[in-house]
Amino acid sequence: MVKTGKLILEDGTEMLGKVFGYEGSIAGEVVFNTAMTGYPESLTDPSYAGQILIATYPLIGNYGVPNKDSKNSMLTHYESDKIQINGFIVSDYSHEYSHWNAEKSLDQWMIDNKIPGLYDIDTRALTKIIREKGAMLGKIIIDNQDVPLFDPNKENIVNKVSINEKQVYGNGKYRIMLIDCGVKNNIIRHFLKRDTTIIRVPWDYDFSEEEYDGLFISNGPGDPKRCDITIKNLALAFENSEPIFGICLGNQLMSLASGADTYKLKYGHRSHNQPVLEVNTNRAYITSQNHGFAVDNNSLSDEWNPLFINLNDDTNEGFQHKSKPFFSTQFHPEASSGPTDTEFLFDKFLDMIKVSKQENE
Amino acid sequence: MENKINKVLILGSGALKIGEAGEFDYSGSQALKALKEEKIHSVLINPNIATVQTSKEIADEIYFLPITPFFVEQVIQKEQPDGILLSFGGQTALNCGMELFENGILEKYNVQVLGTPIEAIRTTEDRQEFADLLRGIKIKTPESYSCESIDEALIAAEKIGFPVITRAAFTLGGQGSGFCNNPNELSELAQTAFSFSNQILVEKSLKGWKEVEYEVVRDKYDNCITVCNMENFDPLGIHTGESIVVAPSQTLSNTEYHKLREISIKIIRRVGVVGECNVQFALDPRSEDYRVIEVNARLSRSSALASKATGYPLAFVAAKLGLGYGLHELKNSVTKTTSAFFEPALDYVTCKIPRWDLGKFNGVNKQLGSSMKSVGEIMSIGRSFEEAIQKGLRMIGQGMHGFTANKELSIDNIEQELSEPTDMRIFAIAHALKQGFATQKIHELTGIDLWFLEKLKNILNIENQLLTTKGLDDLDDNLLITAKKAGFSDFQLARSVIKSSDESIDNDLLTVREYRKKRGIIPFVKQIDTLAAEYPAQTNYLYLTYHGIEGDIEYEQDGKSVIVLGSGAYRIGSSVEFDWGSVNALNTVNKMGYRSIMINYNPETVSTDYDICDRLYFDELSLERVLDIIDLETPKGIIVSVGGQIPNTLAMRLHGLNVNILGTSPESIDNAEDRHKFSSMLDKLGINQPRWRELSSMNDIFHFVDTVGFPVLIRPSYVLSGAAMNVVSNKEELEHFLKLAAKISKKHPVVVSEFIQQAKEIEFDAVADKGEIIAYAISEHIEFAGVHSGDATLVFPPQKVYFETLRRIKRISKQIAKELNISGPFNMQFLARDNFVKVIECNLRASRSFPFVSKILDQNFIEMATRIMLGEKVEKPNKSIFDVEHIGVKASQFSFSRLTKADPVLGVDMASTGEVGCIGDEYYETILKAMMSVGYRIPSKGVLLSTGDIKSKVELLNSCRLMKARGLQLYATPGSASFLESHGIECISVHWPDEDKKPNSLDLLQKSMIDFVVNIPKNLDSSELNNDYIIRRRAIDLNIPIITNARLASAYITAFCTVEKKDIQIKSWNEYIKE
Repeated sequence: MVKTGKLILEDGTEMLGKVFGYEGSIAGEVVFNTAMTGYPESLTDPSYAGQILIATYPLIGNYGVPNKDSKNSMLTHYESDKIQINGFIVSDYSHEYSHWNAEKSLDQWMIDNKIPGLYDIDTRALTKIIREKGAMLGKIIIDNQDVPLFDPNKENIVNKVSINEKQVYGNGKYRIMLIDCGVKNNIIRHFLKRDTTIIRVPWDYDFSEEEYDGLFISNGPGDPKRCDITIKNLALAFENSEPIFGICLGNQLMSLASGADTYKLKYGHRSHNQPVLEVNTNRAYITSQNHGFAVDNNSLSDEWNPLFINLNDDTNEGFQHKSKPFFSTQFHPEASSGPTDTEFLFDKFLDMIKVSKQENE
Repeated sequence: MENKINKVLILGSGALKIGEAGEFDYSGSQALKALKEEKIHSVLINPNIATVQTSKEIADEIYFLPITPFFVEQVIQKEQPDGILLSFGGQTALNCGMELFENGILEKYNVQVLGTPIEAIRTTEDRQEFADLLRGIKIKTPESYSCESIDEALIAAEKIGFPVITRAAFTLGGQGSGFCNNPNELSELAQTAFSFSNQILVEKSLKGWKEVEYEVVRDKYDNCITVCNMENFDPLGIHTGESIVVAPSQTLSNTEYHKLREISIKIIRRVGVVGECNVQFALDPRSEDYRVIEVNARLSRSSALASKATGYPLAFVAAKLGLGYGLHELKNSVTKTTSAFFEPALDYVTCKIPRWDLGKFNGVNKQLGSSMKSVGEIMSIGRSFEEAIQKGLRMIGQGMHGFTANKELSIDNIEQELSEPTDMRIFAIAHALKQGFATQKIHELTGIDLWFLEKLKNILNIENQLLTTKGLDDLDDNLLITAKKAGFSDFQLARSVIKSSDESIDNDLLTVREYRKKRGIIPFVKQIDTLAAEYPAQTNYLYLTYHGIEGDIEYEQDGKSVIVLGSGAYRIGSSVEFDWGSVNALNTVNKMGYRSIMINYNPETVSTDYDICDRLYFDELSLERVLDIIDLETPKGIIVSVGGQIPNTLAMRLHGLNVNILGTSPESIDNAEDRHKFSSMLDKLGINQPRWRELSSMNDIFHFVDTVGFPVLIRPSYVLSGAAMNVVSNKEELEHFLKLAAKISKKHPVVVSEFIQQAKEIEFDAVADKGEIIAYAISEHIEFAGVHSGDATLVFPPQKVYFETLRRIKRISKQIAKELNISGPFNMQFLARDNFVKVIECNLRASRSFPFVSKILDQNFIEMATRIMLGEKVEKPNKSIFDVEHIGVKASQFSFSRLTKADPVLGVDMASTGEVGCIGDEYYETILKAMMSVGYRIPSKGVLLSTGDIKSKVELLNSCRLMKARGLQLYATPGSASFLESHGIECISVHWPDEDKKPNSLDLLQKSMIDFVVNIPKNLDSSELNNDYIIRRRAIDLNIPIITNARLASAYITAFCTVEKKDIQIKSWNEYIKE
């Protein structure tokens, strides 16, 4: 007999489901993602740390989870070394999986990582609640073992997902200082494909004395304003001329460092189909996104211009410095999971580095 | 917008045929809607008069003309359009457009091709050029080499790697093709292949690879999206039109999904499409290796499916992009607030299942393969695969109740059935699973991904649990919910839980319904909103599911809605004409201030566009589902008479459950449908009908035939094989047919009817109000009775029927309308000979010819009928058929070339897949237009004649004289030749195919000396049958026009001999009806 579990939202909503994965109660911020593929990637994306994820696509687990091959000391098929979400809510869990590259079932993988999940939940009804009332806290209760609510935005969760000490990847021509606020493996993979050496440092690392050709600020979970040290370090970096590129949380941190403001979106953007328009052009891109906070376009200082905006709700999707080679995107050009249309931004960053290096030489 | 575009010409796809069907009515209609929104004057050429797109509200000027360069040029000359849209009418429109371009006609008249440039389209059509182009951007296509010796073939195979597939060049029907796993097999096969051809192609075998498609859109700014991807249930080797298809893909990982997506976008950019394009991939099931198999740079069947599966109006958007818009400048038409530049996120799964009608064809090869044979399709929506597939298997409407709980199949060799699939593919899998086959074994035999097979097995696991229960009282709620979530219908539950017999099940399924409603187990209505609930939807595109705890819709329950039941899957005998009916009923319901509700599940239709009605339920037309929806909607009533036979058969049962059926009372429908009741009503009214009996023994049959005489029409209620109906002309044939094809018993009686030869068949279409006829149309068949009315060529108004006959028909129709108290549409068929009129059929619903007669008369019969059904008084139109100054001819489209081995002869069972309707001022001019519209080319070389029995020989004498006078060389088989000679018509006598003598009829066909074949079947003598069959089939395979009916042949021949192509009038529908 399959065990029954309960999802409780902070507004009092309760939904019964069937348990899969680890059998233990957990709390977190409840958010939804409308992607139709990519659960192994999403679940290991550190930006989801502290969250209970709802998959709006109902059939989950179809292709199991991939093997643990690794390259450059990173797992090839995952975005980090472990499941980052706190819990997983789906409609129709596929008990049988089939894929040439599958090593085990999603269920088993979640058990291994001690992550609980519920299936047989009306995920559409649940999503509509969050759409109407905004992202909210919630908990998965199994075997009636209650746990307190937990708000990942109230603490510095970046500290938990960032590495503890500096790590270097690759041996390429261009040295990139990568501030890890919860970086996805695919960002590093994209850089390594482009003749770089990656110096991955903790979120609060003081890199002002370090030599690098370009600075990168990664994605990550939670409220950007909690990363005060990173913001301060960035503000200093803005005084130099080495190119800077930020993604997702990186976009928000750069905005805060530039004096702009961020705010919490009602329910965030978490999907593979977010349309963005490059400002003042007719070029639009489909992007992969995963964020709950956004940059306030109106708060950008005179030195900065919006670079991309969201075609659905006009929110900020990136901005750039008017004269210096600094830019950032709210979306994920590295994809994984999601569409790969904006990968060229990595090339753009590398081109900036090449130009800046030439100028310096 | 570049150069101001004020007037645009759009080409339709003509008659529905296998491989090119209703999806192009949908795409054309959407494109026209986009033009209308831009206030651009639209001109449409499409001879398919039954379509929705050929309606006044949709296109400004409509020409019912053949879609060939000759006619299109003349329309261009006359209308002087600024632009032309070529991507919305399938391959027909595209090919025609390419020819116009190559002939310089578009340039000559300064007509701009909107959307994808012609050069780009041409690249995708040329296999070699396209493969080179893809190689240029490092995209893989299947490796292939042409070889001229066995050694060359072996070297090629080494390069490619085994297994390979070989194809002999320049042969028909796949002669000399096959798979080879090693050099030995290749040498052997190559040897055979070289006996057919001096060149063979050795190609990488991708058999067993997954087949995946993407629908890609690009605007002029180079912005691209993929609207949907789709995964074939069957692996490569079975045409995508023949496979079950799911959207989105189910077994692809994120990297696979996005790798193929990225390649699709690279391709569309390289090709330079502006609008929509479809990319088909083969994906290795054991790695991320792939090949691009095909690209269609136009709207296709898949794009129609993708539109319905996602709610993204691809054709509408493609048309807007053709007019110069960017994707980011358009809005999502479901949310109305978000951008059209996005990729739909689904929160459900859809399943497309093909509908075959192979049973209708004599001799047809039933095996599924690389060419398409299905005539229609359905799409089902659910929140689990099990739910969607079970719904879908019911929707195809071939007597199945889902994946299981069906009648036991008898399959002789199940392994063979699995590895060489036929139209019974999915049921063979059910059978194998029940026999204990492991999913792994089935996977090995079918190549179907284990994920699908495990899901199917899960359905049977649930059924097994249901079977162990001892009735509803013993049924656990959890199991019941699980079963409903897995798509089990109340019927399936009755069969597995109550163990209902065939007799009791109709009642038992209602018991199940009542029981589960009492337990609170009901389905919920969910919206298709393109964004998986991220943003609110402004439209009501809906489906029902048991995977839910709440619905998305709030109901008014004010009795101000009207439900219209749609037509279901297109099939032989029911297609786009009933979609036209449904759409017009919905429009009228809207006009009259009610909320319009549609239920239908056919993705190739306009009636399943969510903006056509207030609420669209893309769901089953079963009693259970319709009742579910009625429970929620509490409508004013329900219309069952505009969507063909499926809704009509539900009428009586719904009525029995106190559902308000609008229009004619269901009791009357039953009185017309029930052969016995109808017959006694006719007797009572003193109306003649052909004599008939329902008989259950051979003796009784012989006895009855003794009184009525041969020929007789035989309709068995239980068919073993072959055609369900047949006309037999002697005792031997009668015995032969009954023994071979049918089972006779008390339980399975046979209906035997007198068959009247040389009789005219006449159609009566009408609308009545409380028994009084308000509007009517009488049309005549060109063929004598014996050809199914759906295959016959119709002339309206009738030109060759006695006035007296017409008067009698009108009188009888009045009597019947009154007796049945008809309120709404109805159709009757009559036989007439020497002014004696007999009734053969009466349907209290709209018929196939409703759009045809409505458009010729310019009186919308469906609109009138709907107004009447809603209680409005409708005035009789002041124009009758005698005031019509033009003529309409409706001709049938056959798809025999797609149906390998099928005999293209016409009979009492319908075989056509589509039709056209053309208008003209003169009889023969109109016939010529119509025949050319269904693909007949006027012969200029030689005609091969086998003129059948003496009556048809006489019938064709004058035609043969005309052809001779026109300078055509006549060839005739021996009997026909001597008949012609004896009447002073010179011809060359040729031998039958099985005679080893020259000149031989087959040689002539093969050597392209013949460009028209008249082959009239004579009798059932087996050698002649076989010879005739060979000639007919060869003509079809060589794409030579053929006619097998003497009356039609004579009409057509007279038409092309007396009317010159250049004298055909180029007049729009408006010009005719305004005269």
